[in-house]
Amino acid sequence: MLKDITIGQYYPGRSVIHRCDPRLKLIATIAYIVVLFVAANPLGIGLSLLLLAVLYRVAKIPGKLILRSLKPIVPIVIFTAVLNLFFVTGEGEPLVHFWVFNIYAEGVRYAILLAVRVCALIAGTSLLTYTTSPIVLTDAIENLLRPLNKVHFPVHELAMMMTIALRFIPTLIEETEKIMNAQKARGAMLDTGKFTQRIKALVPILIPLFISAFRRADELAMAMECRCYHGGEGRTRLKQLRFTATDGRCALVLALALAVIVSTRFFVPGLV
Amino acid sequence: MSEIIRVEHLKYVYNPGMPDATTALDDVSFSVEEGDFVGIIGSTGSGKSTLISHFNGINRPTSGRVLVDGKDLWAPGADLRSFRFLVGLVMQYPEYQLFEETCARDIAYGPRNMGLDEAEIQRRVKEAAAFVGLSDELLEKSPFELSGGQKRRVAIAGVMAMQPRVLVLDEPAAGLDPEGRDTILGQIKAYHEKTGITVLLVSHSMEDIAKYANRVLVLHKAGIAMYDTVENVFARAQELLELGLSVPQVTQIFLKLRKMGLDIPTDVYTIPYAVKTIKKALAAKQAKGVE
Repeated sequence: MLKDITIGQYYPGRSVIHRCDPRLKLIATIAYIVVLFVAANPLGIGLSLLLLAVLYRVAKIPGKLILRSLKPIVPIVIFTAVLNLFFVTGEGEPLVHFWVFNIYAEGVRYAILLAVRVCALIAGTSLLTYTTSPIVLTDAIENLLRPLNKVHFPVHELAMMMTIALRFIPTLIEETEKIMNAQKARGAMLDTGKFTQRIKALVPILIPLFISAFRRADELAMAMECRCYHGGEGRTRLKQLRFTATDGRCALVLALALAVIVSTRFFVPGLV
Repeated sequence: MSEIIRVEHLKYVYNPGMPDATTALDDVSFSVEEGDFVGIIGSTGSGKSTLISHFNGINRPTSGRVLVDGKDLWAPGADLRSFRFLVGLVMQYPEYQLFEETCARDIAYGPRNMGLDEAEIQRRVKEAAAFVGLSDELLEKSPFELSGGQKRRVAIAGVMAMQPRVLVLDEPAAGLDPEGRDTILGQIKAYHEKTGITVLLVSHSMEDIAKYANRVLVLHKAGIAMYDTVENVFARAQELLELGLSVPQVTQIFLKLRKMGLDIPTDVYTIPYAVKTIKKALAAKQAKGVE
């Protein structure tokens, strides 16, 4: 069950998208999210989905993984969609009317648009984490945030913290599973019983987990100090980020595609 | 004696359908008689840990069946939890699972989950603590104040207190000093002799297996390479070496002696037996000399 968590789950591959400069991918993902909100019309959203499908195809990521990344947000999507369905009011006659609720055509359209948009948003960001290993990604973040150093923002420290956090997510998940199995072997009931019982059943998992997380942090700090880690000052990298000609072409294609999607805003009536 | 564990064509795949899918076990079949002390050996990645977490339903076979006491763990409607009380599993580095305020309460966690009454729980805690040599004083301490070896003994007692019919231990002596090793393994052996329950012991050390087990299961590359009595397995010492496993030092000496042309058996794996064999060989030599 824990294995379904897809945060920072890298799906190894050799596609163009995998090898692309992570800075480009990061910016493109942010641009994609913005476009999803700017091009808020059926054609725009449709084209955005098409673009995403093409990118997933190029990256050779199986469709199964997209569904898996969407699974955890299904309740949120349904909740917001239902809220919109009931609370967006439109002109004209309501489609359905009962008790205090009125459902308008606008509400239906808005709910569908919102659901699709949130799904596209998650699938889009998932593509970034599927094709970029977390370490490379934080490298890109550090690189992009470097100008903030000027205002004494601790960019390197932030990036290092993110790297460590991301690096230890799989380790902690593995650790949690081990502890869960150990307690299950002693008859722990983790997925049955009343809510309060389930919360109580978590204690034998959480205490050992916290203790081991602190122990790990301690050991890691010690290991880093032994290797003379002293922060970002004067630190060089083994792998330099390079923006290649291929990256340039990718950027151009993406920019064009996103521009086309945005332009739909001007000749297709929007919904918002 | 009856069969307590039966494994039929067991196959287990990690991350099926992903690019990093790996087959940890492939077509493994064997059975364990009640009351046996089985040593499980194999090099790193041979599937030892994966195999033993099938006996109480932590892992679900990708295909094949696992039967405990004649019942299929994954048959529809089977109560998995009842198997967990039947087969006690001590994982690798079990001291990391301790969580209670006192050792006594931690040992009581398993029995309490079984729904036993308080008097029975206390009786079992005392009994299990005695098996692993924990004093009453230690029982009232926090597990986090203890040394590594003591913590591990508390964790093992936590599984023993459930009084399973099969006790499975994954490298219970890993990372301990030689004295701690001998203490823990000796206590497990004594527990086996006293209660007569079945014990499955995973270990890297051939010496330990030779000393404590009566049957040996050798895993190699996700399959069973050998499964036989200790004598018969160590008689194939040469093959064990070819599988990348070590054999007890005394067996290695006998292998070398045999290579030097001496007519001696190679199924020697304990010191007392080695002494006996050497004496016999010497007597035979003297008899020949007399002729």
